[in-house]
Amino acid sequence: MSPQTKATLQKLGPLIALVIMSVVLAAMSPDFLTVGNLLNVLRQVSINALIAFGMTFVILLAGIDLSVGSVLALSAALMAGLMGGGMNPVAATMVGLIAGAAMGLLNGLIVTKGKVAPFIATLGTMTLYRGWTMVYTNGSPMTGFNSDFIYMLGSGYVFGIVPIPVVITLVVFGALWFVLKKTVFGRHVYAVGGNPEASKLSGVKVDRVQLWVYSLSGLMAALAGAILTSRLNSAQPTAGAGYELDAIAAVVIGGTSLAGGRGWIVGTLIGAVLLGVLNNGLNLLGVSSFYQQVIKGIIILLAVLIDRAGKK
Amino acid sequence: MVVKMKDISKAFGPVKVLEGVEFELEPGEIHALMGENGAGKSTLMKILCGVYQADYGTIEISGRPVEIRNTKDAERHGIAIIHQELNLIPQLSVIDNLFLGREKHKGGVLDSRKMRELALEYLAHLGVKNIDPDMEAGKLSIGQQQMVEIAKALSLNAQVLIMDEPTAALTDREIEVLFGLMRDLKSRGVGIVYVSHRMEEIFEICDRISVLRDGQFVGQRVIKDTGFDEIVKLMVGREIGDRFPKRNVAIGKPRLKVGNLDDGHAISDISFEVHAGEVLGVAGLMGSGRSEIVRALFGASRRKSGDVWLDGEAIHINDPIAAIDHGIGFVTEDRKTQGLVLGMSVRENITLTHLAKLARGGVVNGGDENGEVAGLIERLKIRTRDAELDVKSLSGGNQQKVVFAKWLGIAPKVLFLDEPTRGVDVGGKAEIYQIINELAASGVAIVMVSSELPEVLSMSDRILVMHQGRQAGIFDAKTATQETIMHAATGGQ
Repeated sequence: MSPQTKATLQKLGPLIALVIMSVVLAAMSPDFLTVGNLLNVLRQVSINALIAFGMTFVILLAGIDLSVGSVLALSAALMAGLMGGGMNPVAATMVGLIAGAAMGLLNGLIVTKGKVAPFIATLGTMTLYRGWTMVYTNGSPMTGFNSDFIYMLGSGYVFGIVPIPVVITLVVFGALWFVLKKTVFGRHVYAVGGNPEASKLSGVKVDRVQLWVYSLSGLMAALAGAILTSRLNSAQPTAGAGYELDAIAAVVIGGTSLAGGRGWIVGTLIGAVLLGVLNNGLNLLGVSSFYQQVIKGIIILLAVLIDRAGKK
Repeated sequence: MVVKMKDISKAFGPVKVLEGVEFELEPGEIHALMGENGAGKSTLMKILCGVYQADYGTIEISGRPVEIRNTKDAERHGIAIIHQELNLIPQLSVIDNLFLGREKHKGGVLDSRKMRELALEYLAHLGVKNIDPDMEAGKLSIGQQQMVEIAKALSLNAQVLIMDEPTAALTDREIEVLFGLMRDLKSRGVGIVYVSHRMEEIFEICDRISVLRDGQFVGQRVIKDTGFDEIVKLMVGREIGDRFPKRNVAIGKPRLKVGNLDDGHAISDISFEVHAGEVLGVAGLMGSGRSEIVRALFGASRRKSGDVWLDGEAIHINDPIAAIDHGIGFVTEDRKTQGLVLGMSVRENITLTHLAKLARGGVVNGGDENGEVAGLIERLKIRTRDAELDVKSLSGGNQQKVVFAKWLGIAPKVLFLDEPTRGVDVGGKAEIYQIINELAASGVAIVMVSSELPEVLSMSDRILVMHQGRQAGIFDAKTATQETIMHAATGGQ
């Protein structure tokens, strides 16, 4: 086997795993392979996928963003609060998204200007943003939006069949794929992640690239928050807790290296879908949620071990 | 003890790295092992010290065949290696490093007093006085770290010492100390294998030389009976022509002028001019501030004061971006950490400095990029199967050409070169000198920092010599000699 074929096969590993898993589930549960169920899975996946897209950029920079779950909650609470105060839902959603990007920007500033390790910086803001959410919501859910826009965003369909969150996820995916693959900015993300010193000496604006990437991660978390809030028709102060781990899992299963500089967003999409299918399939099969955790953990470890073995 | 390696073969997957190689080392000799990058020197030595196992062939020590399956086996047979990349743990003290993995202890509790005594003894034995055994190893100079490694090897009672490019990062004074030490070890019957690209050193210190080419043994010579040309021919299998190709360039108007440059800690009072088509060499001992000049001018490190003019206009450079905007390029000292993004392809590395020029509205034009990269690969004769290969899969010389290609892409007016041929083999060096000459001929002003005096003397038009952060003088390369340069570099008037 030539090195190129081997590399391609390895890259496609998660996809092959996804296909095998789907075939097995289809054989075991007649409910799995129905259009309704699959679209439902994709809708559930969309929240994690969006966060994981942003996380892919951060991890390509050899960084990490632990604050995404809290960013999701705070931006959603803000959006809900503004609507509750009578603001136009579209405008409130926009403000929520901008707030998410701003929270991401703050993460970026702490990392670049404050020279704090991303893990620590976002561990701090994770707690900070969550605390702020609690203060803002007084610890109770904000609910009851009577808005067509919010209904459509969470529960609407395009052509009467494709859920709107799925459409949004695919559009965002396409745009971010293009950014990473075809633009100067995307190239600089890989370069900074691969070797920040060489990038700086080559005239790459290393700090600015990082600021944009952390802002993007915040924006993606806020977008996921807007969809989740619309879907549930309420903003929960505890929303998004632990979502950072699912997002990191999707990125890692997709083959992006935590060491930075190497990876692709296609893998992240596959990783997110794989996790969603696994959840759905285990539910259909009636596996207890305790065992579901165990199986998910094994899948994540297997993905990383296979990736390691392939690199030797 | 006599070491004989017979008919050694080794393959990694389908790639044969060594084929039927012979090597022998006698006690009390310094034996040079030479060959271009990729010739198999390092692999052969790693087999001798147990890092790799040969697929075929035998190793004999004092006439008896031995098996060396791991580094512990090698240590037991009295074989020690000092790697090119030093293996000290920077956060641990000198003593802790010396005894790492074989700490002296009493029932599991470290016997610090014993280890300190022994450490002082080992260092004294080497005649090394200026190393504090309690210092963190990472705070020592590279030369001092090397001494610690040698002390460690000798503490294992090594009879065979393998040194892989030991002088690559040493100051000239440190090299003298090292050579003194090697002669001393030799007189005590230790056999030394000396792997180096520096021909002058080999002729100065070695007794015999073995040459490898493409994984095969091509010959052994006694140093006294051979010469530079014969060795190079053995190494590359052909004549490489001039070692330093001649340049015949009319020197033009002043391009870069620097007045009273001061970076606030390593250098002060630096003033010089470089003209179009000129190569200004910068020489000096390690730590004299050679590299700091170009780093400060490029905006890679902070500058306290000083004026810079480019083509007669005052310019202010505070970061590399500004330098690049003004058409200044910088081939850095260490291509692995500063020059290249190793995990990226040749293409992506070449265009990293000027990708925006190959893009419209932030979107890279793939056709323009590929065309530009193909042109530069051809122009610099970069040997790679494919521009999409990771740059780390290329040889040292070709990696260095990729770094040059990066900077040619910005159409530079001024190019700073910091150790442009470090870790590059003889054939590759000649090609890089040719590239430097062509750049000068096209009107680029070049500032070349180098620790290799023959390189500085042969490639420069004028030479700025540094001494302890200040310039000791600027010499005309036509009349300067190694002696005049060293005299100035060591503070003589």
